[in-house]
Amino acid sequence: MPTTDEAFIDVTDLTKTFRVRRRTGWLRRTTSEVRAVDGVSFRLRRGEMAGFIGPNGAGKSTTIKMLTGILTPSGGRLRVAGTDPWRERTRLVRRIGVVFGQRTTLWWDLPLRDSYRLVRRMYRIPRDRFEENLARCVELLELDGLLDVPVRQLSLGQRMRGDITAALLHDPDVLYLDEPTIGLDVLSKARVREFLLRLNAERGTTVLLTTHDLSDIEYLCERVVVIDHGRLLYDGALAGLHEAGRSERTLVVDLERELPPIEGIPGARTVRTQGPRQWLAFPASASAAPLVARIAADYPLVDLSVREPDIEDVIARMYGG
Amino acid sequence: MAAGRVRKVLGRAVWGVRAYGFIAAMWIRSSWAYRASFWMMLAANFATTALDFVAIMLMFSQVDALGGFSLPEVAFLYGTACVAFGLADLILGTAERVGRRVRDGTMDVLLTRPVPVLSQVAADRFALRRLGRILQGTLVLGWALTRLELDWTAGRVALLVSMLLCGGVIFGCLFVVGGAFQFWAQDAAEVQNAFTYGGTTVLQYPPTVFGKELVRGVTFVVPLAFVNWLPALRMLGRDDPLGLPGWADLAAPAVALVCCLVAGLVWRAGLRAYRSTGN
Repeated sequence: MPTTDEAFIDVTDLTKTFRVRRRTGWLRRTTSEVRAVDGVSFRLRRGEMAGFIGPNGAGKSTTIKMLTGILTPSGGRLRVAGTDPWRERTRLVRRIGVVFGQRTTLWWDLPLRDSYRLVRRMYRIPRDRFEENLARCVELLELDGLLDVPVRQLSLGQRMRGDITAALLHDPDVLYLDEPTIGLDVLSKARVREFLLRLNAERGTTVLLTTHDLSDIEYLCERVVVIDHGRLLYDGALAGLHEAGRSERTLVVDLERELPPIEGIPGARTVRTQGPRQWLAFPASASAAPLVARIAADYPLVDLSVREPDIEDVIARMYGG
Repeated sequence: MAAGRVRKVLGRAVWGVRAYGFIAAMWIRSSWAYRASFWMMLAANFATTALDFVAIMLMFSQVDALGGFSLPEVAFLYGTACVAFGLADLILGTAERVGRRVRDGTMDVLLTRPVPVLSQVAADRFALRRLGRILQGTLVLGWALTRLELDWTAGRVALLVSMLLCGGVIFGCLFVVGGAFQFWAQDAAEVQNAFTYGGTTVLQYPPTVFGKELVRGVTFVVPLAFVNWLPALRMLGRDDPLGLPGWADLAAPAVALVCCLVAGLVWRAGLRAYRSTGN
């Protein structure tokens, strides 16, 4: 048996089947079983920060809902911080924080300050600890001046920062984030990421986040768990995912003028040209620096950018390969 | 073992009521920030619910009695039904939002908090403006009592109080059961309204104006008759059209208790079904 710290989140052969009823005619219905999560196993150490990714409908949300005690598993074993999420929901929720990117956990019509007061009473947080945690989040997430604004008047980025604060006031051991950066502008995104890194480093909070943005993972997580069609597809480092998927990043270069496709660069191939702009594909696990140096030496380079592969793309390639 | 279980359930109930209290208090404070709007909403609530009684008065401008009941007697039925329903609506009215919460996914948010879901659902958007209905019912009831010239024994006073309280509890249970059904059928809010709002309208009239089948259904299937018909008949010294034994008039507290138990079980089952199927 591993210790609780080694397997702080311990998922073994987790399964969730839904029964879907479909009308096939007058009063006739057929019931079919859909396996939303199909035998998923993984373990997270205490203090680990992991990304949980997969295309839409892969079973991510269902898994997170089972980990937070919202949904009852159909099969398998599940332990979070030494408790059984489904049977001991009310005990577990005092030790976890949950942020749903698409919907707020705050009270829409109440100012942030009142929402936080309610959270304090619900979780019975001692006043001094509450004040300290709130002050810290307000400072780091720059919520100053927003505390008296009703939640419905906040921008998406402000609301997300407000939500993260609400999830952390009771010092949870585990933080689940479902699409925490979806729809955020570059500045808000950077603030949220910076904050999560600090939280993990200073407080040792275990973080599991789902995202569609691979750069979130790149910035935050050493570990990534991929599922698709309810099955575990990959569990390991992000670099390994790129290798396994043989996925490619794209270097977009703007030259001074229209030129024939760039050739003879080892490890890269030109996939598209449009006027002075050219797109070069190269392995995602390789560094872009030597490539850029090589092109700059041989061509009149004006500007460039690097594009990360889409999650859908990476996963499609894993299947193909 | 059993004592431990009882203590645990009681502890949860106390915590649920306390949580209800502080959530509701937060909503009262926040609505108090807009005082003018609060008073206007209260007046509007008072006026719209009073229209029901205006309809009854209009009827009495044409006839002297309704099913053998005089205007003060009908006003008594109306007032008691109105106050009992108003109490339930004030405290548990938002339980009918379960379906909407399941559809928009906010039910999941409630499940991630260490407070019983029913407390959170029922205390959400707690609105004191719903006192309008209670106020209006109390006025009509007061008027009826001055006209009925009842002999106020201690027993009658106790019966009146228990009628209002038990009635409130029974209506409250209907709100909870209706809310719980929405875990299975998310659009059931309309069906529920038929029972709650429809029920209170039925109870505002004397039982003798309705067909016997309806009266029977209201008594046994959905125990609304215990809210005020049966106790009111005794208060007014009338006979019960179903010919139930005399003790049935006094059974309201027991019926209310059974309703609470049933409502609690149905709510639990609904929440369990939701947690196994999701949305």
